[in-house]
Amino acid sequence: MSQEYILEMTGITKEFPGVRALKGVELRVRPGTVHTLMGENGAGKSTLMKCLIGIHAPTSGKIVFEGKEVHFRNTLEALDAGISMIHQELSPVPERSVAENLWLGRVPLKAGIMVDHRKMQEDSLALFRKLGLDVDPSAKMGDLSVAKMQMVEIAKAVSYDSRIVIMDEPTSALTETEVEHLFRIIAELKEKKVAVIYISHKMDEIFRISDDITVYRDGEFIMTDRAENLDVDRLITLMVGREVTEMFPKVECPIGETVLKVEHLASGRAVKDVSFELHRGEILGFAGLVGAGRTETVETLFGIRTKTGGKVYKDGAEIDIRSPEQAIAHKIGLLTEDRRGNGIVGLLSVRDNTVLAHLKHYGFPLSHRRMRADTEEYVKKLNTKTPSTETPIKNLSGGNQQKVLVGRWLLTDPDILIVDEPTRGIDVGAKSEIHALITRLAGEGKAIILISSEMPEVMGMSDRIVVMHEGIVTGIVDRKDFSSELILKYATSEEAYHAGEAR
Amino acid sequence: MNKTFDSKKFISQNFIWVVLLILIVVMSIAQPSFFSVTNLLTLLSGEAVKGIMAFGVMFAILSRGIDLTIGSSAGLIACITAALVQPSDYANAVLPGVGPLPAPVVFLIGLALGAAIGAIYGAIIAYTKIPAFIATLGGQLICRAAAKIFTNRPVSNLSNSFRYPGSGKIGSFPVIILVFAIMFILAAFLLTQTRFGKNVYAIGGNDQAARVAGINVEKNLILVYTWCSVCAAVAGMLLAGRAGSADPANSGLNYELDAIAAATVGGTSHTGGICRASGVLAGILILGVINNGLVMLKVDDNMTNIVKGLIIIGSVVLDMRKNAKRA
Repeated sequence: MSQEYILEMTGITKEFPGVRALKGVELRVRPGTVHTLMGENGAGKSTLMKCLIGIHAPTSGKIVFEGKEVHFRNTLEALDAGISMIHQELSPVPERSVAENLWLGRVPLKAGIMVDHRKMQEDSLALFRKLGLDVDPSAKMGDLSVAKMQMVEIAKAVSYDSRIVIMDEPTSALTETEVEHLFRIIAELKEKKVAVIYISHKMDEIFRISDDITVYRDGEFIMTDRAENLDVDRLITLMVGREVTEMFPKVECPIGETVLKVEHLASGRAVKDVSFELHRGEILGFAGLVGAGRTETVETLFGIRTKTGGKVYKDGAEIDIRSPEQAIAHKIGLLTEDRRGNGIVGLLSVRDNTVLAHLKHYGFPLSHRRMRADTEEYVKKLNTKTPSTETPIKNLSGGNQQKVLVGRWLLTDPDILIVDEPTRGIDVGAKSEIHALITRLAGEGKAIILISSEMPEVMGMSDRIVVMHEGIVTGIVDRKDFSSELILKYATSEEAYHAGEAR
Repeated sequence: MNKTFDSKKFISQNFIWVVLLILIVVMSIAQPSFFSVTNLLTLLSGEAVKGIMAFGVMFAILSRGIDLTIGSSAGLIACITAALVQPSDYANAVLPGVGPLPAPVVFLIGLALGAAIGAIYGAIIAYTKIPAFIATLGGQLICRAAAKIFTNRPVSNLSNSFRYPGSGKIGSFPVIILVFAIMFILAAFLLTQTRFGKNVYAIGGNDQAARVAGINVEKNLILVYTWCSVCAAVAGMLLAGRAGSADPANSGLNYELDAIAAATVGGTSHTGGICRASGVLAGILILGVINNGLVMLKVDDNMTNIVKGLIIIGSVVLDMRKNAKRA
């Protein structure tokens, strides 16, 4: 390899309808190095990688791989050219064997038509032996632990003999021994002059294995430097990098008595130990990285997930919520993160979607007149743009769908409203309207839990912020102490700091 | 709200009624006696039993399930209720010395049996999460076998009061059509005017969203299959009344398929969330007109089934394209 870089991406822009996810970013990777991409959630790291391997087509920009300009139209072309990727979300075929998963889409054949099972088995064994992996190729994929599955995915990516291997948070599901294992594999790849593009939030890992680090923020390229020239504090400053301005209509309003008290809440592996108090009129932010267990925490509170430990008190009395139905009866509302998945019922009208959580109040037979009146009231109040209340909700824009869902919960008049990523994927106008609305609701004495991965949003809106890391509350920060650096420090730390411990 | 009449929209929403109208016109021209009061009453009486089943199974399909049990549960309930209304001195009585019980009591027993059967496999579907197709396929075999265990010969010589809803007449108007109409109104009412109906739409459209909105999905699924099975009970008792006997091996055999076909032609979406009672009524009538009309035209039975098959497939293709366009 004569040229200095194996991969050069320059001026990469990617626009999605209504959003510019990447704004002319660059990336230069040297062969035989580990190049780490850093940035907060939504900084554009994963999008950039998807542009590289052909999942997304960049709106503009140039990709030069091994000295030639390339435009991969799909992952297969990227693979053939020598770029493989281990995705953050695994996509195994759980009912088939490990070997079949490993050689999926490229099964060895004999006589051109029959699957060569023996070769598949032998090749798998050879690969695992080379990587020192202890996995039986004939085991069913679904029977492996998540960590083992992840290792198989890593082996698969390596087996393509690629020139570049992209690893998007590969260690999120691994135990310590497997992490060590992965690092050995990475070292071997480096020796073979393979470049590894590594995405992770874990500071200790990053400094252990990285040669180069590139930081992105809000879809923009910030800088690239050798790892030895950087340290944790400097990186965090670069990642956050902005003054939190008062673009959020935060209105100080009196904080009332405690409405919700959560003690040592747990749910399976996702939520391990969560304690906090929520007061009337308060907006309690929840910050953390992807996989911190914030969504799982509120799902447990709302009865979508099974609570495996801890106690929850509402207005001083212990409550045991086992279904959303009971949560609603306790006057709790949850605007979920996954609008399409468990928010809207796409085929149904704006009206049917608005009244869905409130159907018990329209009598028998149902009063369509009152349903329509309530819907019209909230369409007007929230300034929802819809041709009529009978329009199927799927015909509305994301922001307007979200407003309908907000209306659904307001109609139930909850004491506690939990909003999970309320402004994700919606346009700027609707976003600020929803911010204003949340603040107004707190002013009316409702207690709000706000989960947001956008640091400015959660810092701008909240009175206090609960920071989580891997299912544990690692810190609770008061408004006067808000700083991105502090929150990010808690969000990446293993143990609880208990700063400003729940009073 | 649109005040002006949008004829295009009206036709697209009521497309199925337009199809029915065209079919009736074509049949009437090809065979003028088709469009006579007598024949239309015959047609409606003939479709009532399967039609009532369709008003049941459309709820299951709407909830993204299916119910294959209804034909054999109708047969089972037909046999049991029929055995309760045989004369006490009848030598061939299935349950000697029991009958004849008063018809209203037997009707209630039949409905209760239907509700119980439906609640059982509804609970299995709701709580074990096994596919409704499998649960009700098993139910189908079990109900048919239970009917044959209950009696190995046809149950006949039934009391007139029991037979009245199935074969009675008010003047020259068959009572069975009245029952059909009542079941239609009831189904439409459940679907559009009750919380249950709204819940089923939401569950069929997006069960996760329904659950988050506080809907008890399991309870509502049990109700869906209970309703389905109650409809089957009504159909089974009408069937026995109309024929004057119930046959454990053949009563209601394969009726579930006709009911599902009618609901499907009537625009009920098998991916859940879409169903209109009026559409299903039209679906029943379309299949009825084809049955009745082609018989009058002396078209071969196999040919009739080919036409029906094509209509079922075609209607779904049309519906899916229509829905895709709206998406």
